[in-house]
Amino acid sequence: MWAILSILVENKPGILFKVTHLFRARDFNIDSISVGVTENPEYSKMTITTVGDEKQIDQIVKQLDKMIDTVKVERLDEHKTVYRELSIFKIKLSNANDSMEINKLANAYGGKVHDVKKDSIMVELTATPDQIKAFEELAKPFGILDVARTGVAALQRSGAE
Amino acid sequence: MSKMENMIGAKALMTAMEKEGVKEVFGLPGGANLPMYDEFARCNIRHILTRHEQSAAHMADGFGRVSRKPGVCFATSGPGATNILTGIATAQADSAPMVAVTGQVPTPMIGKDAFQESDIIGMANPVVKYAFQPRQASEIPEVVKKGFFIAETGRPGPVLIDIPKDVQQNEAEMVFPDEFKIQGYHPWTDPDIVAVEKAIDMLLHSQKPVILAGGGTIISSAFAELQAVAEALMLPVVTTFKGKGAFPENHPLSLGPIGMHGHAEANKIMSEADCVLAIGTRFSDRSVGTFEEFERGLKIIHMDVDPAEIGKNQTAQLAVVGDVQMNLRIMVKLLLQKAIKKTEETPWLKHVKETKAYWKENLKLHPGEMGAAKILRKLREILPKESIITTEVGQHQMWASLFYDVIQPGTFFSSTGLGTMGWGFPASIGAKVAKPDVPVVDIAGDGSFAMTENSLATAVLEDIPVIVFVLNNFTLGMVAQWQRTFYDRRMIGVDQGKYCPDYVKLAKSYGAQGIRAQSMDELDKAIKDALSSNVATVIDIPIDPEEDVLPFVAPGTSLKDMILPS
Repeated sequence: MWAILSILVENKPGILFKVTHLFRARDFNIDSISVGVTENPEYSKMTITTVGDEKQIDQIVKQLDKMIDTVKVERLDEHKTVYRELSIFKIKLSNANDSMEINKLANAYGGKVHDVKKDSIMVELTATPDQIKAFEELAKPFGILDVARTGVAALQRSGAE
Repeated sequence: MSKMENMIGAKALMTAMEKEGVKEVFGLPGGANLPMYDEFARCNIRHILTRHEQSAAHMADGFGRVSRKPGVCFATSGPGATNILTGIATAQADSAPMVAVTGQVPTPMIGKDAFQESDIIGMANPVVKYAFQPRQASEIPEVVKKGFFIAETGRPGPVLIDIPKDVQQNEAEMVFPDEFKIQGYHPWTDPDIVAVEKAIDMLLHSQKPVILAGGGTIISSAFAELQAVAEALMLPVVTTFKGKGAFPENHPLSLGPIGMHGHAEANKIMSEADCVLAIGTRFSDRSVGTFEEFERGLKIIHMDVDPAEIGKNQTAQLAVVGDVQMNLRIMVKLLLQKAIKKTEETPWLKHVKETKAYWKENLKLHPGEMGAAKILRKLREILPKESIITTEVGQHQMWASLFYDVIQPGTFFSSTGLGTMGWGFPASIGAKVAKPDVPVVDIAGDGSFAMTENSLATAVLEDIPVIVFVLNNFTLGMVAQWQRTFYDRRMIGVDQGKYCPDYVKLAKSYGAQGIRAQSMDELDKAIKDALSSNVATVIDIPIDPEEDVLPFVAPGTSLKDMILPS
């Protein structure tokens, strides 16, 4: 089971270490992690996606909640949440048509094209992890030279609490 | 808010600790904590010098468990700090309140691999309840206040305060706050009356109910409440090893600890029960055996102060989250209101009594004069009931669990979670400092005692007359037992050497009393001499190296599968 956790923490040094250490020590997985300061500079928000069975995810939430540095821990329902990840792909250009094909593909996924060179092209894609994976599958035949991903950021829709 | 005062960080530390009621600190000085040490000359806190920082931490731990206020230990940076890590981890595993204060290299040197620098905050993180590293002297008063609060509230635990040397030395305007806020920490909850009511209902509607009292019952001092509930509902009481003595072990409803070396009757009744009121326990593997087998056919009512324990190792049908004393009080009140007071002996209770009587008669014990059971029963017979016991880790510890009955609740302490050899002796010193008027006995083995025996210097020089009761089989006995049982008697790395050291001579060399007891008469006299002595005493009791601790639930098996004496 895949879960999105939204963790509000005090914006102090060392907290990212403590949170990730908790996952390591208790043998939980981190699928992706993103961290950024909130509108109130006293807090940061971490979004962690993880995989585990119901019991494990329940434990992860409880153990995170127990941490003194966490102010609020929520498990977000993906159907009631806007969640996105930014990814940048560097894709190989081998044939004359490749650039056009990749442009079309990027457009279909709402991506943007950058840094068009003779041998490579970059695509910036902000989407759900599933969509990014689907794009990656389609881009693979061209040859993916490099990828960078930010991890998921997520917010619950209004009225969904 | 009190008025501001100008002082250096080290003085602020001591002043803040005095405000927390600290009277003693266990520790060892070094380069990076000298400013703190200098302040002992100008404050009313007694410093108790240890011979190793690990022992300082164990002393603070023993003090904390007995007084239920954080024990304090001091260590310098680098190796001083890493030496207390085992002590901190031990306190964390057993939820003991402790504040450990370490010196750190000066702020500008942090991260430069300076002499005696260690990233103790990073290393200790997984084994502390919380860690602070104040970077400004002015932060110290609030850090100390918060540190003590975190250490002793909710589920207690160790707090580390790591103070760079320049922060200790810098002068600042200090404000000692009365109030503070920790946003992400909510140790208190309201009583859960609905859940408690449901719990009573579940217990009344089961055929074979039992109480399992864990260490949380002792931490919360819920002794009277536990006894009231057990008596009103006529429930047999088993405990975890950490919960040993939460309930008087001479009570007719008491069956003693369950677990790997639990009492046969306790393991038997626990595995037959259909509903358990589990109080302040984390269902450790050592207590319950295999998780799947333990919860099969068992309805679990889980009372615990730590919500993260609910569902961690066992699935609870009903959770009652909050301080166990608070919720048990509600239970007692509800039972009174509803006038529930069972008097009739159910078939289950009859079976419980028969089981208990059977094992009292039929558990085979070592035939020799100096068998473990006889030795520990002799100790029990002579010690006043309010005496405090600490133990080391190994066979002697499990024999103590089997054969030393705790009569007065909350007088038995052991390193049950981390299983730290060498814990018992320094912990007994801490316990004696907390309660100087009662006898304190460390039930020890030769292997564990060897790990921290240099605390004899502390016991003698600081006038802390504890008793070390060494069941000496000249062997790392528990490992030897596993090698006999699981490794076809290939005895590797367990021989401690006969009288090497000679603990009687060793004790004397520290200025302590050393007595060897080789018969029951000698033992009787030795215990009495130790009790009347005003100096620490080591009683060395040679025993049979082949004696096993039985019953034994092998790891990875269930409580039903006890290995019994043949």
